Amino acid sequence: MKSLLKFITCGSVDDGKSTLIGHMLYEAKLLFADQERALELDSKLGSRGGKIDYSLLLDGLLAEREQGITIDVAYRYFTTDHRSFIVADTPGHEEYTRNMAVGASFADLAVILVDATKGVITQTKRHARICALMGIKHLVLAVNKMDLVGFDPKIFEAIKEEFSRTTAEFPIQSIQVIPVSATEGDNITTNSPNTPWYEGLALLPYLENVDVHTSNDTKPFMMPVQRVCRPDHTFRGFQGQIEAGTISVGDELTTLPSREKAKVKRILVTDQDRDSAYAGQPVTIQLDREVDVSRGCVLTTDSQIQEAGSFAATILWMDDSVLTPGKHYWVKVGTKILPGTVTAITNKVDINTGNIVPAERIVKNELAKCEISLTDSIVFDSFEQNKSIGGFILIDRVTNMTSACGVIDEALEGQGRLASLDTEITREVRAQQKGQTPLTVWLAGSDTAALAKEVEKRLVSSGYHTMLLENVQGESLRRVAEVAKVLNDAGLIALVTYDSSSVNDLETAHEIIGKGFIEVSVEETSETSIEEAATSVVKRVVKDVIAQSSTSISYEI
Amino acid sequence: MQELTHLDQLEAEAIYIIREVAAECEKPVMLYSIGKDSSVMLHLALKAFYPEKPPFPFMHIDTTWKFKEMIEFRDRKAKEFGIEMIVHSNEEAIQQGINPFDHGSAYTDIMKTQALKQGLDKYGFTVAFGGGRRDEEKSRAKERIFSFRNKNHAWDPKNQRPEMWKLFNTRINKGESIRVFPLSNWTEKDIWQYIRRENIDIVPLYSADVRPIVNRDGHIIMVDDERMKLEPGEKVEMKKIRFRTLGCYPLTGGVESDAVTLDEIIEETLGAVSSERTSRVIDQEAAGSMERRKREGYF
Repeated sequence: MKSLLKFITCGSVDDGKSTLIGHMLYEAKLLFADQERALELDSKLGSRGGKIDYSLLLDGLLAEREQGITIDVAYRYFTTDHRSFIVADTPGHEEYTRNMAVGASFADLAVILVDATKGVITQTKRHARICALMGIKHLVLAVNKMDLVGFDPKIFEAIKEEFSRTTAEFPIQSIQVIPVSATEGDNITTNSPNTPWYEGLALLPYLENVDVHTSNDTKPFMMPVQRVCRPDHTFRGFQGQIEAGTISVGDELTTLPSREKAKVKRILVTDQDRDSAYAGQPVTIQLDREVDVSRGCVLTTDSQIQEAGSFAATILWMDDSVLTPGKHYWVKVGTKILPGTVTAITNKVDINTGNIVPAERIVKNELAKCEISLTDSIVFDSFEQNKSIGGFILIDRVTNMTSACGVIDEALEGQGRLASLDTEITREVRAQQKGQTPLTVWLAGSDTAALAKEVEKRLVSSGYHTMLLENVQGESLRRVAEVAKVLNDAGLIALVTYDSSSVNDLETAHEIIGKGFIEVSVEETSETSIEEAATSVVKRVVKDVIAQSSTSISYEI
Repeated sequence: MQELTHLDQLEAEAIYIIREVAAECEKPVMLYSIGKDSSVMLHLALKAFYPEKPPFPFMHIDTTWKFKEMIEFRDRKAKEFGIEMIVHSNEEAIQQGINPFDHGSAYTDIMKTQALKQGLDKYGFTVAFGGGRRDEEKSRAKERIFSFRNKNHAWDPKNQRPEMWKLFNTRINKGESIRVFPLSNWTEKDIWQYIRRENIDIVPLYSADVRPIVNRDGHIIMVDDERMKLEPGEKVEMKKIRFRTLGCYPLTGGVESDAVTLDEIIEETLGAVSSERTSRVIDQEAAGSMERRKREGYF
């Protein structure tokens, strides 16, 4: 049976990586006839003249075609006599680093392109770094446009040496450097007569033969539990994909984090009973005794797997907003998801050079060393050992954006859940912890208490943190406004009922409270019901919370 | 040293995705179109949860213009596997007499896209599994496995969430929904090879038989019932044909073929020089038409 190779191509807009893959498919006659026709048609309509533009095969999105660049990952599928391939074509620009990382996280091998007329440039180093960070172990450097440098072996050798120096620090298992011309077709599917000095395989034959099989099945058994299967009271099985090692009926394993020992009673590989199963297979495992295991737990025979409530990590920040210590995120590791906080940014890693520089803020597409603290402990391993429980993502709790991906470097011992936050505790930090923007909703007029209570109920049920200040007879306006401001500084949404709706009073209150003041005047003669009025107030609050949070999203109550 | 074959890897990936959704998402549904990809999806869902039944219902968006044999097949399978099969149609449009002959591309929008949105909203489904594959069309080639839709069910191709390793982010705000494509990385060839390996039952229309047809604009259209309107000069012929994809019979082109057994079908398909969506009449309207429709909420 054929094996599968997942690889990515990376390079800059001008290096011609879409052309390279397009040409490879075209030359190898791997295109369906109507796609080929569409390609020729598109080429004629396009602005690049009548010559076949192979890159059009991969640049799918309309916006990209208009801009003439690749902005997202495009996946292509082809099969040769030796292997099946999935290729992710990824954008090269620094501003699309996160898209490249998406492609790299999925691949076993990367084909990095350089322009022979330019050599190894900053972005080549960046691409190699991202590939290594995402766990790619096999690299191919395609030195493109060799036709433009007269197929000069000296130029090729210089690039090759520079690239080995660049990648020396990464945990890479194999590197192959190949001289090619994507537009002319040299060394794409067959060895080119223009490079008699190159003794290796052409690109496609190399990809057909390279061994990327990891030794996951010689490691101890490890499986994160995806779900507990209980069709009736007689059957309880743990479903998941085996990430490392093999397991057989009768083997003893340990449950984590509960640390119970149990023996394997039955193994189902999908719907078939088996005596044993190995890495990569989807299984249902029944144990010989009751254990405390649910989704997010790990079944293993590996004694190296650790548990911690906080860890040091390297992350790639992918959100439009700035990474702020103290903000709460959902952290997903393996099949476990739980709340956590980036407690400190230790350093920034220059994504181009690898240099470590001090930093206080991290913006989109930057790499950071940081510390993350969780509300509970998690089971994890180093990314090098077990990718599936060594990598994680951070999810923004307001926008639900996948804000960052990262790899765990090490557990932070002794700090546990009480890790101290390396930042000043400001109003913003307190608010972010609650996933909201502090506001004061000032309900002016008589008999606003019922409305205020209804608004608060709705906000709390939507996950907001609030405090209601009811008008106390004789309390001065200033006092009430000062208290509301303190509540805002604590990160809360304050709801105030105050029976005066005089313009002067409102101005004074606004002045004291400052940012985030929402004034609601309730007319005595108003015919709208409390429900309707509450809906309109809640809408305004949500709109303001969203408008003032860093990323705008659409939200409907 | 054991290595998974290419099909084993694709199966494992799809099952992992299906289980993640069942474990993390509130109200999933699996869309079922009765075609071969849906047959594979149903098969994977049954395998993923065994010995439990899939913990979510299935939903067929019925335009009421599907082949008769498709509907029979759907009902038979739902009964055989004991799964919940919801059938939803755009009743209002049916009342208005919307049909594929008179309403052209508006028909697809009204009976498929709008009906799908209605069906999802009616039952409050937040996640819908679809059988879409990245090898079908260029814009789909860039779509994530977990593809987010805003409250209008629209897709924003420029603002897709990064999808890292196997760490799928299933969190959404109220009103938003997710389309999940477990077969994203499968090709047509993989689907056929998997159907053979697993011995999956498919609608007999994929197999060649003598059927009543007319030839229209170079497409072989089957006259499946009396609602088929003939153009002047068209006459019904009996020809041995089969279908490479299934949909609404007036919009689905067949191919002349002698391939009857699964092996013959696969041999014919894998040797074919035309990728499968050519026989879907709607896709040829304009370059980029699929992407435009998807932004508007087409699956």
